[in-house]
Amino acid sequence: MPRPLINIPRKVKRGSSFDIRILLAHPMESGQRRDDFGKAIPRDIIRSVHCTYAGEEIIRVDLFPAIAANPFLVFSARAFESGPIVFTWTDDQGVASFDTVDLVVE
Amino acid sequence: MQDDDTQNPAFLWVLQAESLWTTRAGTANKSCADCHGAPAALKGIAAHYPAWNSAAAAPITLAQRINLCRTTHQGAPDFPPESDPLLALTTIVGLHSRGQPLDIDETGPLKPFIQAGQTLFNTRQGQLNLSCANCHEDRAGHRLGGALIPEGHANGYPQYRLEWQKLGSFPRRLRACMLGVRAEPLPPNAPDATNIELYLATRARGLKVETPAVRP
Repeated sequence: MPRPLINIPRKVKRGSSFDIRILLAHPMESGQRRDDFGKAIPRDIIRSVHCTYAGEEIIRVDLFPAIAANPFLVFSARAFESGPIVFTWTDDQGVASFDTVDLVVE
Repeated sequence: MQDDDTQNPAFLWVLQAESLWTTRAGTANKSCADCHGAPAALKGIAAHYPAWNSAAAAPITLAQRINLCRTTHQGAPDFPPESDPLLALTTIVGLHSRGQPLDIDETGPLKPFIQAGQTLFNTRQGQLNLSCANCHEDRAGHRLGGALIPEGHANGYPQYRLEWQKLGSFPRRLRACMLGVRAEPLPPNAPDATNIELYLATRARGLKVETPAVRP
């Protein structure tokens, strides 16, 4: 599975809010489709996305089969200290992946 | 979506291409970077494709050129058409030509191939008996069902189509159109598909490369 594209500002002022954008690479197979031979294609979607900032959970998202491939999530957070932003996501095959970006607060 | 690189899902393939670019492959054990340096060194070349290839005595697309590099310089097997690595490498080369106007040499040996492409573009085919021009010139701007009929300028391939939920090449888009008019789709690497791509590139002369485009 390719890595996700994560976009956050390099440096953020203390106390200000900033946007976190993440584009996950995933087929998001809904489980409703059949292949060319009529066999059902098993469902394979990202079940949950979870993000922590400096050890504290800031968002937890449940995704459902109606969400298109390569989901794009945008949310905001308030900067209070420098630290790692850790993204974790789990799909139907039970694969838990994670990626980390370091945020610098000045 | 297309204008903002952080939102454009095709950049997942660009990310993949960045690592492929430096991966050594084949009997020559060479990577793209060993010959070409950084991908930015190929700035502007995608605006001149499909281009003449004297060995094949025919025009070749950028994807075919990448596969030719693999077989002749790297000694590695071809990437299959529409495979992710091939789309990724085509996209990263196209990305470095973004904003450059399409410019095909129409006077040289490409001339008969452009004419062949133009003839195909204007030839009715399939059960619905429609030519490309029937929709993309006569009815451009009108609607087919709910969808706007575009003018058919191929300046953003490989492009991410929301319908496909992935990146796809121009020949794939062409096959989708041909299925739509109930004609027999062209096989992969068909010379006819390259001729049409070539004609469309001359027809879109001056339009800027938008690779990787996002379309509905």
